[in-house]
Amino acid sequence: MFSGLREKVGQVLVPGDEFSLEVQETLSLTEPLKPEKVLLGPGLKRRGDRKLLVVKSGVLRHKQPHVFWVENHQRRYVPAKGETVIGIITVKSGDVFKLDFGGSEQASLSYLAFEGATKRNRPNVQVGDLVFAQFIVANQHMEPELVCVDSAGRANGLGVFGAGGLLFSVSLGLVRRLLRPRSDVLSDLQKLFPCELVVGMNGRLWVKASSVQQTLIICNLLQSCETMTTAQRQQLFRRAAQGAL
Amino acid sequence: MMEVCGSTNVSLREFGCEQTLLSRPDGSASFVQGDTSVIAAVYGPAEVKVSKEIYDRATLEVLIQPKVGLPSVRERSQEQCVRETCEASLLLTLHPRSSLTLVLQLIHDDGSRLACFLNAACMALMDAGLPMSCLFCGVTCAINADSEIITDPTAAQEKESRALMTFAIDSKEQRVMMSYTKGSFSVHELQQCIAVSQKASENIFQFYRDSVRRRYSKNL
Repeated sequence: MFSGLREKVGQVLVPGDEFSLEVQETLSLTEPLKPEKVLLGPGLKRRGDRKLLVVKSGVLRHKQPHVFWVENHQRRYVPAKGETVIGIITVKSGDVFKLDFGGSEQASLSYLAFEGATKRNRPNVQVGDLVFAQFIVANQHMEPELVCVDSAGRANGLGVFGAGGLLFSVSLGLVRRLLRPRSDVLSDLQKLFPCELVVGMNGRLWVKASSVQQTLIICNLLQSCETMTTAQRQQLFRRAAQGAL
Repeated sequence: MMEVCGSTNVSLREFGCEQTLLSRPDGSASFVQGDTSVIAAVYGPAEVKVSKEIYDRATLEVLIQPKVGLPSVRERSQEQCVRETCEASLLLTLHPRSSLTLVLQLIHDDGSRLACFLNAACMALMDAGLPMSCLFCGVTCAINADSEIITDPTAAQEKESRALMTFAIDSKEQRVMMSYTKGSFSVHELQQCIAVSQKASENIFQFYRDSVRRRYSKNL
């Protein structure tokens, strides 16, 4: 059913490319017919009943069994439910904070959505603080809403950042590469020196190493990763490990 | 599609493109056609002014900056042409109540500038990763005193021409999305120019595809 789409996996597509989801013309009578479901990720849209339209340029990716998406180098973040982002508190009004996360509007964060927060015991959050939070409401028609607790009421890594560290932005493509299981960039970085790294899906990274110099080295290395091939990156990381930078 | 006459030549000047050349915008591209050169930058989906907010789709704003001086009436009319073409190809309903801004800076004008604006706009929108239902390109045709059709004319050829036409053509069915004409011509000549532009658009779309492929070659 998805043979046309499967052939193009790993290739570059541009907006306007179309695929048809035609059902096989010959049906097997001996085997039971299983309905096949396809899951479309970013960059692919369904048009009508049997057409699939590519709406973004990029590389087509596939995951078993039937998940397809287009991977591209976008810079602007569009919120999605369940994603974790690094935001900056811009307004403190009544019982909600407003957060800038780099999207088209500001997100709201309730003061009760922190670990251990009650009506009496307010969290200590100031305007300008960095917060690592997760979207629980994110769709194009509603104001996005963030929380800093999981469903059990635990912080689980979310919350306000401590002092120190450095915040910078990279493309969304690099962020997804960093968050991939067994990420090659991250495993190269781990060999350098110990550091804390927080990756927001909105393209913001926060780094803290034992000294300012090391923090800046990591920041520069990550920013230059975007435009390098694997071989170039490994060479650069080797040079950094030898103390050449 | 109409057949292209043997006498007309579908020759475009050399064109080139670079994506993501600016660091601040969400998407940027420069497009060069012969000596005509344009830089395009896209910002968005971003926060929108309440007065410009549309409840069911994104607001698209196109700004054309001339090489020197302030934008005049000619730039305003070209802005409208580019905006309406972009609105037709973008899926604006996917980002309601947000704003998209497209800034086109003319670097050098040597004819076919509206076509170059359209091509730069398309590459920049693609670079920004905005959802589009199809791509588009711009082709300019000039009809000279001997009734010959010249595609992608230079400024000198434009000046000598009897009629000048610019078409925006979509990548799916090669249909005309926008036309901008100046001068006098017959119906037959118009149809011939459209056919020539459709033929020329194939080259441009192939070029789009190749340049995007080159850009993603490190991630294959």
